[in-house]
Amino acid sequence: MVNWLLDPLQYEFMLRGLAAAILVGIVCGVLGAYVVLRGMAFLGDALAHAILPGIAVGYLVGGGAQGPLFWGGLIAGVGAAIGIGAISRSGQIREDTAIGIIFSGMFALGVALISTARNFTVDLTHFLFGNVLGVSPADLRLTAVLAALIVLLVAAFYKELLVTAFDPVLATILRLPTQFYRYLLLVMLAVTIVIALQTVGVALTVAMLVTPAAAASLLTRRLPTMMALAAFIGAASGVLGLYLSYYVNIASGPAIVLVCTAFFALTFLFAPQRGVLWTRFRREPTSTRSETPTNSLQR
Amino acid sequence: MDVKNIARKPASHEPEAPVVRLSDVTVTYGGGEPALDDVSLEIRRGEQIAIVGPNGAGKTTLLKVVAGIQEPSSGKADVYGHEASGHICIGYVPQRSQVDWKFPVTVSDVVMMGRTAKMGLFKFPGKTDRRIVREMLEKVGMTNLANRQIGELSGGQQQRVFIARALAQEAELLLMDEPLTGLDTPSQEAIFEILDSLRPEQMTVLVSTHDLRVAAERFDRLMLLRHQLLGFGPPEDVLTAENLQRAYGAHMTMVETPIGTMALSDTCCEGEEPHDG
Repeated sequence: MVNWLLDPLQYEFMLRGLAAAILVGIVCGVLGAYVVLRGMAFLGDALAHAILPGIAVGYLVGGGAQGPLFWGGLIAGVGAAIGIGAISRSGQIREDTAIGIIFSGMFALGVALISTARNFTVDLTHFLFGNVLGVSPADLRLTAVLAALIVLLVAAFYKELLVTAFDPVLATILRLPTQFYRYLLLVMLAVTIVIALQTVGVALTVAMLVTPAAAASLLTRRLPTMMALAAFIGAASGVLGLYLSYYVNIASGPAIVLVCTAFFALTFLFAPQRGVLWTRFRREPTSTRSETPTNSLQR
Repeated sequence: MDVKNIARKPASHEPEAPVVRLSDVTVTYGGGEPALDDVSLEIRRGEQIAIVGPNGAGKTTLLKVVAGIQEPSSGKADVYGHEASGHICIGYVPQRSQVDWKFPVTVSDVVMMGRTAKMGLFKFPGKTDRRIVREMLEKVGMTNLANRQIGELSGGQQQRVFIARALAQEAELLLMDEPLTGLDTPSQEAIFEILDSLRPEQMTVLVSTHDLRVAAERFDRLMLLRHQLLGFGPPEDVLTAENLQRAYGAHMTMVETPIGTMALSDTCCEGEEPHDG
């Protein structure tokens, strides 16, 4: 058993992969809480796809180094977010349509750019589904710095981000700069996606953002706890997914996401109070409420 | 991007100015009929006022203009003598259908949100903030439910939490959008007790409702709205047969009974969209 656990750890690429997967799991969990609560899953998926042309340019220029990839991806992500905002604010086109147009267009541009490279298929697969075992020490350092920065920002702006997410009207009445916080969230999302790229890739990043946070939301009624649980589930999925990939010999990105999905399925079924089995077999609740419950309480 | 607003100072108060002054306020959404049509009025400190009128009469729009979150298409909205949009002293209790009741926040988390602007950037709740939150929960009688998730409360309790949030904000003007809709009589009564308890401290209160009887019984003045301001004053001056006919038209029937004229309206259930769940 101990050998089974330690065996993969003799490889340095495996150690770096594990560290990267844990960092990505933590950041995605923390920020994913806001993605889930603000209903930004589609936007998150779209941004993940829309960074591909930036990644492609960074890749063609830098030959695979993390720095150019990161800046290219970040610029493309922020550009996509601003473009979506501009199109939907014109009032002529709904926001989800705008998201669909921008993200598919940019994704196509990204694939087109990568197709000019010589080993097209291998590179594209790495961008689409991640290549966590190819993480270099420099990549890992950059990932750690950015992950810390995002967690720090979420903590520093905690109460403002909470108010803008829960009650945008209150945020406006308290004269908070709501547009600033919206763009802050989008930029943090773009950075997180670029970090997550190396572990699970463009196509599966949204799973790391949404699935652990959704599972966590079934387990708690406090936002800080939800963020911590989501971070834990994300990190644990990273570790378990890599072991799964090592022993079953499947691609690492999909393995991580599958473990995430399994975590969600378990909580969806067995979560206390809100799991399917719990609500199915629960007797009539013994109500201690002093007033008549409203419709919103009849779950 | 309004980055420069991060450190904007809230507007000051002119002691002589009315709490609310609307001058020729018109609001038009898109290009259609105006939601508010040339409304002018003044509200004095400590008044408790009900806004009544049929569905879509512009009640919510008027509250939003006063709150400074809806810019008038023309005209001017002042609070304490300065533009409404510059103040952080305005408390707003949203319609229940506007709130995500599954959001993972507790009762005291919601009340603490009222402290956000007072705390300032990069500050976490201190002793004073926690004390104020405790006192306001006490004031609305929600102390024992402070750690409940907000979706676990009854409708009346939910309204009280949002009143506590406005009080924690140190609001001097309280705006409530249809707070009584869907509440049973005891829950409504609890809210009126809180509003009465705010009278000694001269809290100005503006409440929209479709319940004409409650509006006439419980408030100092009534505002009858149908895009235009049809009447603003004591109930007996505002709720005349002629005014009601102009406000409600075909939706209002006048019935002569032995005890006087009775106005029957069928505008119930405004804002009562079903929640998910």
